[in-house]
Amino acid sequence: MDSSGLGVRRALGFVAPALVLIGVFLVFPALWTLYIGITNYQLTGPAAANPRIVGLDNVVEAVRDPLFTNSVWLTALFVLFSAVLGQNALGFGLAWLLRNVRPWLRRTVEGFVLLSWILPGTVVAYLWFAVLSRDTGTLGLLLGSPETAWLVQYPMTSLIIFNVWRGTAFSMLLYTSALAAVPPSQIETARLMGASGWQTVRDVVFPHIRGHVLTNTLLISLWTANDFTPFLLTAGGPNHQSEVLPVLIYRQALEGGQLGYASAMSMLLLVGNLAVALVYVRLLRRRA
Amino acid sequence: MRRTRMFGLLAVCGLLAGCLGQTQEGDKAQNADAKEITLTIVANAAAGGKNARGANWIQNWVIPKFTEQQKAKGVTATIKFEQNGAGDEDFKTKVALDLKTGGGGDIIEIDGIWLGEFAQAGQIKPLGDVVGNTDWDGWNQIPKAVQGLGEFDGKRYGVPMGTDGRVLFFNKKLFAQAGLPADWQPRSWQDVLDAGAKLKTLPGVTPIQLNAGTAMGEATTMQGVLPALVGAGKPIYENGKWQGDSAQLKDVLGLYQKVYGGGLGDPVLQQEAKGRDRSFTLFGENKIGILLESDYFWRSVVEPKNGVAKMADRDTAVGWALVPAKQAKAGVGGQDFVSMSGGGVRVINPNTNYPRQAWEFMQFLNSAEAVKESLAGAAQLTQRQDVNDEVLKGDPMLTFISEKVLPITRYRPGLADYPKVSAALQQATADVVAGKSPDEVATAYRAALIKAVGEGNVG
Repeated sequence: MDSSGLGVRRALGFVAPALVLIGVFLVFPALWTLYIGITNYQLTGPAAANPRIVGLDNVVEAVRDPLFTNSVWLTALFVLFSAVLGQNALGFGLAWLLRNVRPWLRRTVEGFVLLSWILPGTVVAYLWFAVLSRDTGTLGLLLGSPETAWLVQYPMTSLIIFNVWRGTAFSMLLYTSALAAVPPSQIETARLMGASGWQTVRDVVFPHIRGHVLTNTLLISLWTANDFTPFLLTAGGPNHQSEVLPVLIYRQALEGGQLGYASAMSMLLLVGNLAVALVYVRLLRRRA
Repeated sequence: MRRTRMFGLLAVCGLLAGCLGQTQEGDKAQNADAKEITLTIVANAAAGGKNARGANWIQNWVIPKFTEQQKAKGVTATIKFEQNGAGDEDFKTKVALDLKTGGGGDIIEIDGIWLGEFAQAGQIKPLGDVVGNTDWDGWNQIPKAVQGLGEFDGKRYGVPMGTDGRVLFFNKKLFAQAGLPADWQPRSWQDVLDAGAKLKTLPGVTPIQLNAGTAMGEATTMQGVLPALVGAGKPIYENGKWQGDSAQLKDVLGLYQKVYGGGLGDPVLQQEAKGRDRSFTLFGENKIGILLESDYFWRSVVEPKNGVAKMADRDTAVGWALVPAKQAKAGVGGQDFVSMSGGGVRVINPNTNYPRQAWEFMQFLNSAEAVKESLAGAAQLTQRQDVNDEVLKGDPMLTFISEKVLPITRYRPGLADYPKVSAALQQATADVVAGKSPDEVATAYRAALIKAVGEGNVG
């Protein structure tokens, strides 16, 4: 079938530049990482000059490494609470509540929520640092306990709240447009039948936006699992208490110089992401 | 078809495998007679930021002077200065990546402790292999021990940029209140602990600050464990082996237990993210009695004008003493007193296009005139004896370091495994401070060490 009438050769000519770019900047680095992952390659030292192939040793070592398991657990917590629950619920809540308010109010709230999403990560991290730091942090001053070092004493909680704040905008936008697709007549009927707000959401709205919920959850889960901003806030500290996987990988690779070992961990993260994605895709299929 | 593609992929991977870790070989004499040269110097220094003094020196003095000197010989020299203002570890990563990919500046300022890792990786090469003949009258001015900072495996890789030494600083005002002498010089660990016990009677005073834990990072190793270890008689790396759970290591952990279990030190301070800075502030506020630090503490921390924890009465209030061995003659090499030192090194990139000119530039950077100029009037231990004789005269503390500490000091082993060993040592002190017994911690340390460097490398 050649609906455009280009012929295979010309069609290839058109996509070739894109394929080359993807190959050079995406496929090659990914394969390269897989390759480094089976060596003992290091940033400096003898193993930098003469790396050896060690096969799956890195993967085995990672799985046994308490730092890695700790990190997997923290990443799971981070994704579950900040993305799956936090961003989803808050994003939907905002979209639902803002449906029928005055346009100016809706635009203002949306504007603020979007702002937290579009600011560059470093700027945002700096702002949160100023809010949560000890002695002169805004939160400590407001609560009258300036000696509390929030990022040190409650590292994961801080990160989760931060990520909910940071990422809610996307869920809100997606749900706003999803809700627009729910026929108003059905909501009206439910109201006339005396359904409560929760019943309406569960029985009328949700069946319409099930696909959106799954897509949204998939996207924000993957983004959160790969998010590097935690490094800017806590650098994984104190004592590995907030070391989610991307932070652990960075620290092992560039601070510890263990390029091979860190690449193997990256591969495990990739496998984890694929598994999560697969589950979501299956759920989506079932609906269809 | 699919199978061929798989094989193709594997073949490509195999070819690429050869690329990991390769560096190219330079020609020592290339461009030796060039009339137009370009050299780049890289340092972790930035005008108006980190190490501003060094940056200003390069920018405002070194570059114009050297360009002028070359012009007189009919050579047009373009000298570039690549400034950095990053944390030490980040800078190291950057330099390692630069060198790995065949790039980077021609002359690079690195911490002496990284030399071995870079050398083992082939990212830097012995000076003679890079530039050929390395004769220079300046070598006579650099003491042998300091030259060691630029050497690895018996070969010379670079020119040191100066050094430092570690001593016990103490607050003379607190000492007077506690009935301790102003010219205090402990001769054993017990003497230090006894002084701490007397200081403990003063309200609101932490007697001893001996860096511990992982939050202080390398400061724990360099200003805590290592000076204590050489004081117990055995350096961390000897005869190709890292020290495991030896009697000496247990002695050191026992010392930590006496300090932090006996109420002579503040365990909480060791865990804080900015604990080291806070210990400086507390010392400046007369709330810490004894603190182990390098002369950096004297020059940049309690320094009355620009220090980070200024003490207006530094010259009368701050005393210093040699770090004692566990007891007389128990230190490494049978010494009564011990110390540890470090310092920066300038190396020449093996990939430079102008090896001979880079070496000439290096000599210029280390000439007596340039070194003196780099101090901008301040006193500091430079690499050159002739400059030290002149600039240290007015500073009793730095003269003390130069005359009494440098002859007995030791340097860290600059090997790629060192950072991992250092991390294990920090964790061990953290565990002792948290209340575990030295024996238990020593066993865990040994296990961590074996995991980090391999069983065959642990003594």
